[in-house]
Amino acid sequence: MKRLATTAELEAMANRVRQGIVTGVFHAKSGHPGGSLSCADLLTYLYFNEMNVDPQNPTAEDRDRFVLSKGHGAPALYSVLAHMGYFPVKDLETLRHIGSYLQGHPDMKRVPGVDMSSGSLGQGVSAACGMALAAKIQKKGYRVYCMLGDGEIEEGQVWEAAMFASHKKLDNLCLIVDNNGLQIDGKVEEVCSPYPIDEKFQAFGFEVTEIDAHNFEEMEKALNFARANQNGKPTVIIAKSVKGKGVSFMENVVNWHGVAPNEEQFNSAMQELLEGGNGDV
Amino acid sequence: MSELKKIATREGYGDELKKLGEEYPNLVVLDADLAAATKTATFQKAFPDRFFDCGIAEANMMSVAAGLAASGMIPFASSFAMFAAGRAYEQVRNSIGYPHLNVKIGATHAGVSVGEDGATHQCCEDIALMRTIPGMVIINPSDYTEARAAVRAAVEYDGPVYLRFGRLAVEQINTSPDYRFEMGKGVTLRDGKDLTIVATGLCVTEALKAAELLAAQGKDARVVNIHTIKPLDVGLMVKCAKETGTIVTVEEHSIIGGLGEAVCSALAENYPARVHRIGVKDEFGYSGPGAQLIKEFGLDSEGIAREILENVR
Repeated sequence: MKRLATTAELEAMANRVRQGIVTGVFHAKSGHPGGSLSCADLLTYLYFNEMNVDPQNPTAEDRDRFVLSKGHGAPALYSVLAHMGYFPVKDLETLRHIGSYLQGHPDMKRVPGVDMSSGSLGQGVSAACGMALAAKIQKKGYRVYCMLGDGEIEEGQVWEAAMFASHKKLDNLCLIVDNNGLQIDGKVEEVCSPYPIDEKFQAFGFEVTEIDAHNFEEMEKALNFARANQNGKPTVIIAKSVKGKGVSFMENVVNWHGVAPNEEQFNSAMQELLEGGNGDV
Repeated sequence: MSELKKIATREGYGDELKKLGEEYPNLVVLDADLAAATKTATFQKAFPDRFFDCGIAEANMMSVAAGLAASGMIPFASSFAMFAAGRAYEQVRNSIGYPHLNVKIGATHAGVSVGEDGATHQCCEDIALMRTIPGMVIINPSDYTEARAAVRAAVEYDGPVYLRFGRLAVEQINTSPDYRFEMGKGVTLRDGKDLTIVATGLCVTEALKAAELLAAQGKDARVVNIHTIKPLDVGLMVKCAKETGTIVTVEEHSIIGGLGEAVCSALAENYPARVHRIGVKDEFGYSGPGAQLIKEFGLDSEGIAREILENVR
């Protein structure tokens, strides 16, 4: 798999990934565009640059693992996997349809490249801990990445998992919090604030870094730091993101958490993305 | 009955885990701060590097087990039935059941025979909860030997299995040298023509003794041990209904959602017959010595025989 190294290449791919997200959610007539768009850059970087994975061999034993603990971001994960070559990009149009393998939330039994079924918030991070622990037991070098929502970390299980990860010295585990600041009922700090996120993870024994979720240079630096870290501490990257990023009328609007665009909105979103795209990858 | 000493099924769990640990290098055991009670400490002592205490955090433990299974390990996740099936139900359902991962759940201290700890720890709902998860196998062994065999069968099977063990020391009944365990197959332990008592777990021993009491009263009861509650041996249930008419189920579990209802459903759809359910009625348990609580809830041999003589035609 050719890695995308330059910012221009990554930006172009992330733009295509966003088109896939909007297309999938539009055809599904339901789904979660806001939180999919907020993590599109991160997922693009992870799959196209950071992780050791091979679409031709999706279940390779020594591959790096990714768990989308915020499973409602499935349109973003599917779009990235499709653009990686795990399955046809055209199939994104079948998202959430009867008979499609592209279930509303990630299904490891149906979708090539999905390492863990997820959707019920808080559980994916524990599963990622299990995978990281398995690597330690088997003395394998693969790494485990897991993305959480900032609303998701209100789940108590996330902190059970955080305690476990640091106690078991899972420095091969890297969590990423997609900190877009919004959950269904409103702003996270107004619903039931998880802040300060950094201090909480520090207290649980994590290495903590904070980045702009839409800046590839910062991602590279943070992920290099996480990979180099062998001090027994798991890493968390708190990624400050914009919900709905890339589609101007969706940006920072809480209502775009879980509704699909109508035809007019879809066309407008696609036009904006096509105009923003900068050529071939 | 056997002259062998009484021993709890949870002891069989710990002993067989240790044996299997020697044979399966990818077998790992998780517990939630109850290793001494669930008997996973037996495994821990032999294989400290493959034992992971998750602390008092059962939800995390179940999903960690899922991640381990997704990475080629055979994890056993252990706690009391109340917390394994109750507290962590949704993790078992979504992290383990939905992806049909190869996780074995070792749930001990099931039923009222937990004893003195009382109702908060006496789980009589776990079979009902686990039965609703698609693809979940549920095994409730009747004695030490069967417990060991069940643990081995669970490892040899690829998929999620819920193993239910008790705290109370119980008699050993599966002592024959040619004892064989077959997942999903009921075992006819005593023949009879007037009715069939279908029992599971520690109630199997009591059912056998109840059959002797009934014989003295002129009732010829067949006794069947259903160690695997899901998938249920429907064929055997139909055969018993055809041959003996009435079926009486006995379980240390709520009569709602457990073995009794599983048998009712199977017969209603395949060969309607009268089924009388003996178990914990729609109520919570309470504190007391385990063996005495079995009597209090009418699950001992005398209680079973009395109920059949008084209320089963």
